[in-house]
Amino acid sequence: MPKHRGRGMAAINYPIGMNLGGDPSQALVHSNPDGKFTVTLSAIDLGQGMKQVTRQIAAETLGVPIADVYVDTADSDTGPHDMGSFASRGTHRVGNAVMVAAKEARGVMMEAAAEELEVNAADLDTDGRGNIHVKGAPSRAISVKDVAIAAQFRQGKTIAGRGIFLIPLSEVHPETGEMSPVSCYAHACLVADLEVDDETGEVTMLKMTSAYELGRAINPKMVEQQLVGGAWMGMSHALYETPEPYYPDIAHGPRDFNEYVMPGPGDICPHDIAVLERPAPDGPFGGKGPGEMCANPVLPAVANAIFNAVGVRIDELPITPEKVLRAIKAQGGARPQGASGGRH
Amino acid sequence: MLEFRKEFFKDERDDNLNEVGQPRQRQDMLGHVTGRTRYFDDHAFEGLLHLKVLRSPHSHARLRSIDTAAAERAPGVKRVIRAADVPVNKNTLLSLINFGKDDEPLLAVDKVRYKGEPILAVVAESEAAAYDALAKVRVEYDPLPAVFDVEEALKPGAPVVNETYPANTFEYHEKYNHQKLRFGDVERAFAQADFVVEERYQMSPIEHAPTETNGSIAAPETNDRFVVHSSTQALFFSLGTAAKLLDVPSNRLHYIGGTVGGGFGGKVDSLTEPLSILGAMLTGRPVRYVLNREEEMLYGCPRGAERHYIKDGVMRDGRIVARKVTSYFDAGAYTRLSSYGAVKCAAHIPGPYTIPNVCADVYCVYTNRTPATAMRGFGITGVDFSLEVQMDKLAHKVGMDPMEFRILNAYRDGDMKAHRREAHNCALIECVQVAAEKANWPISDTYRRMNSLTGGGGERAVIPATATDENGRIGGGRPATGTTSRPPAPPPRVPLPAAAQPRAPQPQPAMSQPRVAPPPPAPPPPAAQPVKPAATPQHGATRFSSVFGTRRR
Repeated sequence: MPKHRGRGMAAINYPIGMNLGGDPSQALVHSNPDGKFTVTLSAIDLGQGMKQVTRQIAAETLGVPIADVYVDTADSDTGPHDMGSFASRGTHRVGNAVMVAAKEARGVMMEAAAEELEVNAADLDTDGRGNIHVKGAPSRAISVKDVAIAAQFRQGKTIAGRGIFLIPLSEVHPETGEMSPVSCYAHACLVADLEVDDETGEVTMLKMTSAYELGRAINPKMVEQQLVGGAWMGMSHALYETPEPYYPDIAHGPRDFNEYVMPGPGDICPHDIAVLERPAPDGPFGGKGPGEMCANPVLPAVANAIFNAVGVRIDELPITPEKVLRAIKAQGGARPQGASGGRH
Repeated sequence: MLEFRKEFFKDERDDNLNEVGQPRQRQDMLGHVTGRTRYFDDHAFEGLLHLKVLRSPHSHARLRSIDTAAAERAPGVKRVIRAADVPVNKNTLLSLINFGKDDEPLLAVDKVRYKGEPILAVVAESEAAAYDALAKVRVEYDPLPAVFDVEEALKPGAPVVNETYPANTFEYHEKYNHQKLRFGDVERAFAQADFVVEERYQMSPIEHAPTETNGSIAAPETNDRFVVHSSTQALFFSLGTAAKLLDVPSNRLHYIGGTVGGGFGGKVDSLTEPLSILGAMLTGRPVRYVLNREEEMLYGCPRGAERHYIKDGVMRDGRIVARKVTSYFDAGAYTRLSSYGAVKCAAHIPGPYTIPNVCADVYCVYTNRTPATAMRGFGITGVDFSLEVQMDKLAHKVGMDPMEFRILNAYRDGDMKAHRREAHNCALIECVQVAAEKANWPISDTYRRMNSLTGGGGERAVIPATATDENGRIGGGRPATGTTSRPPAPPPRVPLPAAAQPRAPQPQPAMSQPRVAPPPPAPPPPAAQPVKPAATPQHGATRFSSVFGTRRR
């Protein structure tokens, strides 16, 4: 029996935003005279969905349909200052800045609407479909478009907002390490099922099963995109990737994707995911950010599953077939640890 | 397959919003799936020039001489850029937040510290012409001994990698060669633990492997400014870095980017922008500098290697009573962001668990390899691998189910974390429960009923009397490596807080003065009395305390 099944798990949390804070993001929101909004940022969309996350946050805050908002990123002449897209700061930091800017713009919009409707702005609400109405009296309404026209051409108001979000820089105590690293954490637990070939040392992923808690999911489809892709990256980190396979020896550096070994489409496995949402008290609508943390639980879960399968502990990443095979040989053969964790 | 488990934390959410929580299609989707999205390299310029750099073949060597005469005469060459052409040829990325000393030249001066370090640049009519010219440069090197292992680099007599940090370690708080974390008294707890498990973990470097390699195009505009199309994932970070190196006001640079073909942390370091802009300044023409795939993989700054030693004390009933971690972050030849990653690691210890005694020493170490940088999960990924494999070993040791073992030790709302802030918004227990349920991994009713909202706080919110030490002081020699412990006298068992106790709210401490306990070997049983702060060190974290954006020049 050269192939042994194994099951392992790991649980993690992940700090959201730049450690110690001190990393402000800014945003600007303005309206065209017909009530269509533009959000300008200098934040970056790496494919993670920065534009869309901030677009939904802006639309929700303004109280207008998503189609009435577009986001323009990363022109240093038009987008106000932002530290950058890293440290899981996109949704939390930029999202908050956009929310502040959108709130200010909404305030002007509601004042302009109040003037047109001859009511108090506090008595007005948006319906999310492009209209502003008196609370409890939906028929006393005006469209966002008409409000914007009135603001621009009759009232001389600019429906615009400025936003900044800053978590002040924390000190670090030199002796104890006392500090305020971040304001919220995402969480995850992942189970890896795999198979180890004790003649080749090769590991085949069979299935991943996970639960991720990432605050409010601003866009559930983009959360799925992040979690599925991120877990593959974690699997790749666990079993395949390094430019220095014999670290600390720097030899065997890869020059291209033939030499830098990564999993191909045939190496990935099904991933069954549950998403939990415990809103961050200071996140935009409770959002935290799934992007960085989703890869992390895979690495130890895979290592633990390999131990469960063949009884060897590989404590050095990546867990290449060579390391697995050498460890099995040193141990005198595979020693399956039994059907723990409900493994069939 | 993905499902939302809306029944958890339902009371804390408003699930009836118009746009938030809706699966809207991305505004940039059509461009991406049809290949029409414009990236930095999709901008055409008339008279575009190409820049390539000469890279060191040695990991550590003195530069004795550089002869560029033949290269300058080579066909198509417009300009050879040498170190002396860089207006401010020394920088550290985090000088933008006033953290650390300038330690890295844009082009090497006097010596090279890693294989692949840029020595000079050629700007030519084509990439081929630039490569041909680079082949004509003659450099004489005096190779120096190199060091590649983080612990070797800390030994007396190890080659000095980066003269800015002659001990081969980043300096924290201007006095320590590592970041400390001290909470309680691990040595005393190890002596009381039923089992002590000490293990070593290692993560090799990892390449970001983005589809689009690092690159930029800089072009002079007619208003004394330069437009920069960039792949950076940190627009103003790169703008500020370039403005500093080139000694120009920030408003002379107009960065355009924002749509990036994969970053994962590998596009924070401004690897190409300063040279593209300098090339445009020196030639008056648009200059493009894009890393080829080999450069991206070997010299484009990977996720750095990490080594973690973890020593845990655990009781037979599964409670972890002490965790001591010694970590080494391999920065490569220059600091870049590794000093920050090490502090993030210190904040993360001991992971999402409530452990009453925690100690960590985290080092940022220089070696003669490609400088490391951030990557997805920076400062945490390697730590979590180590901690969670260790957790599996501990569960095995005490004969507990690994899921139940996590739940037993998990942090809960109101617990005090080792960095002395109260935990809130916790959800580890729920994640473990749901993953177990989905995977048909049986756990007992006791652990199925626990949750993050109750059972925390109370005694678990108390900051324990803390043993501090003088280890690792600069001037006191190199740090002791590993995690060997002194043999303590066996004191009586300390009654440790049970996993589930009613929560009593504790005031959140401001940056408090640490309660310092006298060190062993005279442990006062059972629970150490908080001792009046004696000669309490001030929290003079000067490097962290400046205003963001204040630039050190």
